[in-house]
Amino acid sequence: MADATLAIERPAPRPRIPEWVEAILVRLAGIVAALLVCAVLLLLQGYHPLLAYADMAVGAFGSRFAIEQTLLKAIPLMLTTLGVTLTFTAGLWNIGAEGQLTIGALAAAWLALNHPSLPALVLLPGMVLLGLLGGALWALVPAVPRAYVGMNEVISTLLLNYVALLVVDYLVFGSWADPTAFNFPYSPAFSDTARLPMLFGDVHLGLVFALAATVVVAAALGHTPWGYEIRTSGASPGAARYAGMPVTRNILVAMAASGALSGLAGMAEVSGMIFRVQQGLSPGYGYSAIIIAWLAKLNPWAAVPVAILFAGLLNGGFALQTSKVPAAITYMIQAAILFLVVAGESLLARVRRARAAAAQKAALGGAR
Amino acid sequence: MADARPPALVELRGIVKVFPGALANAGIDLAIYPGEVLALLGENGAGKTTLMNILSGLYRPDEGEIRVVGERVVLRSPRDAIERGIGMVHQHFRLVERFTVAENVLLGSHTPRFRLSPGQVLEHVRALGARHEIALDPRAYVGDLSVGERQRVEILKVLYRGSRVLIFDEPTAVLAPPEVDSLFAGIRRIVGEGRAVVFISHKLDEVLRIATRIVVLRHGRVAGAMPRAEATPGKLATLMVGREIPSRPRVAAARGSLRLRVEDVAARGERGYLAVDGASLTVHSGEIVGVAGVAGNGQAELAETIAGIRAPLRGRVWLDEHDVTTRPAREIRERGLAFIPEDRHRQGLVPAFNVVENAILTCYARAPISRGGLLRRRPARTHARRLVEAFQIQASLETPVRALSGGNQQRLLVAREAAQEPKVLVALHPTAGLDVASTEAVHRILLELRARGVAVLLVSEHLDEVLALSDRVLVMYRGRIVHERPASHADVDEIGLYMTGVGEPP
Repeated sequence: MADATLAIERPAPRPRIPEWVEAILVRLAGIVAALLVCAVLLLLQGYHPLLAYADMAVGAFGSRFAIEQTLLKAIPLMLTTLGVTLTFTAGLWNIGAEGQLTIGALAAAWLALNHPSLPALVLLPGMVLLGLLGGALWALVPAVPRAYVGMNEVISTLLLNYVALLVVDYLVFGSWADPTAFNFPYSPAFSDTARLPMLFGDVHLGLVFALAATVVVAAALGHTPWGYEIRTSGASPGAARYAGMPVTRNILVAMAASGALSGLAGMAEVSGMIFRVQQGLSPGYGYSAIIIAWLAKLNPWAAVPVAILFAGLLNGGFALQTSKVPAAITYMIQAAILFLVVAGESLLARVRRARAAAAQKAALGGAR
Repeated sequence: MADARPPALVELRGIVKVFPGALANAGIDLAIYPGEVLALLGENGAGKTTLMNILSGLYRPDEGEIRVVGERVVLRSPRDAIERGIGMVHQHFRLVERFTVAENVLLGSHTPRFRLSPGQVLEHVRALGARHEIALDPRAYVGDLSVGERQRVEILKVLYRGSRVLIFDEPTAVLAPPEVDSLFAGIRRIVGEGRAVVFISHKLDEVLRIATRIVVLRHGRVAGAMPRAEATPGKLATLMVGREIPSRPRVAAARGSLRLRVEDVAARGERGYLAVDGASLTVHSGEIVGVAGVAGNGQAELAETIAGIRAPLRGRVWLDEHDVTTRPAREIRERGLAFIPEDRHRQGLVPAFNVVENAILTCYARAPISRGGLLRRRPARTHARRLVEAFQIQASLETPVRALSGGNQQRLLVAREAAQEPKVLVALHPTAGLDVASTEAVHRILLELRARGVAVLLVSEHLDEVLALSDRVLVMYRGRIVHERPASHADVDEIGLYMTGVGEPP
């Protein structure tokens, strides 16, 4: 009797490949498939896909300058990716990293423009603080109605991105406009003390911010009770409520922290690379972050290489432009990667379900 | 007798359906004749819904055959079933609120394939309603209709598709009494036209009012069948809950001090109705109080209210002399309440997490697992390993819980809650869907806690389980405790009547 029933209880057979390897394989397959699809599109347009891809690779990683430019673009990508990773892990679909980056940049710029003569040791930390705060507050605008009345955060965070862009317009055409710039829409340049120090070449201190933030986010998610709560809320809201976790508070904290990271990205952009406020502060880093976070499977460590890869893709696209191939190919490849990886994921999930069902059926059949 | 009847509209023969971990239908034979209201009676989990999902094309049986008017058929989808004249009136309506009645009736139907002529459709739906005396404005938006009216739309939908067998899945669960009367009048008209109605329910009184023939299911088998004229509440209740005499190889309760007191609690359910309506009970240290009742009578909501997960509308809950009403769930836990929820996949466990992360779900915030603001891996693993070893859970610590069998999942959940050293344990259907070995393991844990002086509130719809484990038996019906007896004086027939609402004083 005991033996017969124990047969039902034997654990499901181990999958031949560990799940995390499967996850990586699905992603690599998605990237390869995306390159193939885009190769066909390039061919149809009359370009040689292999040459185009080779140009892209050189433009992204082919020289010291290329590598520096790629790392430079990886900074905001890493920070915004960490931000959305936090909220996605909590089951909150914060699509507003772009806007949070923008407001963070404006908050930091406000200090730089109004107190340009402060010493760097005061000004830069102040700008960091305001960048974090600006992003956090902008993220709280949709977070509060989400936490208290359950308003859908996808729509609100997305739409606030456009509001943030309009705020930039308002400022650069209005009170922040550079009086010496003949009505060009940008602010005066930052003073030297408001500029982040360079690490090497064009790569500024923001890279250290991004790597430090990676460590902090990884530690917070993996090694604190709060991180455990966040992961539980995302994986099973019912279980979070059942365990008595402070669900409302965690929504607010996760969104604010996410916004702060994107705000820091904005601060690093204006203080480390652009040195002023202008239209088009970000070429869509906040949106690419969503794709990167997804590809990195919400793992902060994995986000680092993926962000660098995407920065390379962006630079590669610019390099292509010189050979008359439209840079839009970058966004096509990004979109194709996301689409194909998501498709691969759901396919994998289906295979796993079928495997589990078959295993259970076998176990039950054996016992009957 | 069979010769006197017209041929059956639908026949099911030897239907077997196996789900992972459960045998839902274990060889069921059933025939449905024109002009009859066939009531399918049984506790939740008896296999009624599975059987009807097979008949309506949602599931395919693992064994057995379906015959429609004598011809053997294979139903691959609900559409197949509809084409054979079998229609289902779902318990949870499948209507589009922003569409009109006419549009909803038309939805998914084949008839006008290419061109929609609004006038014609309206006229058709109006005529259909008139013919069946179903009063509905075809132009009204479904979102504006009452629950009873929406149900009429569902019925109209099924009739529009020309169904000859209409399956009603617990149609009265959402209705107020006057609406029940008009539903029954409608059902009588439908069978008067030579159609057949299958009426799924676990409410004895309603079955006795409307059915012409009654089939009782229990544990996936036909426990008994009889014409309405031969049925009595006692007979049906006994067939439903079974007659196994539970064995109780244990010592009498060493009942101690009062641990849990619930007074006049009322709470709303998920869809806003009053699920708990003035429930009161007490549980003492060292006793198991069993709450019997058919699922859906407010047990889950009552348990969640006690655990602080659901806010009560009124009433009080005391834990060890502390009024914990409306206190946060975390605080109630800290005061010594452990809770085994009904749904281990959505509440009790996080399927995507591994065994370690699930083992700490209700103690992660306390030392030694959380210390100095950090979540410590090593004590968490130690805790998980202790649970796995002590409660014989067949799993490695790194396995995601979704990959475990249902029995091992539930063992992990029950073990975790038992290991909290609780003063009070609320266990909601703790053995639902488990195999024999895991059921016994869970029972052993509950009895052990009782021996250690824990006050256990056990909610179960298996009367045998309640009788086997409890020191006192309560019956919950429509949000209230309607009956209480010491287990030693419990009468199965009497409890069965209370469970199905017949025993309730008028």
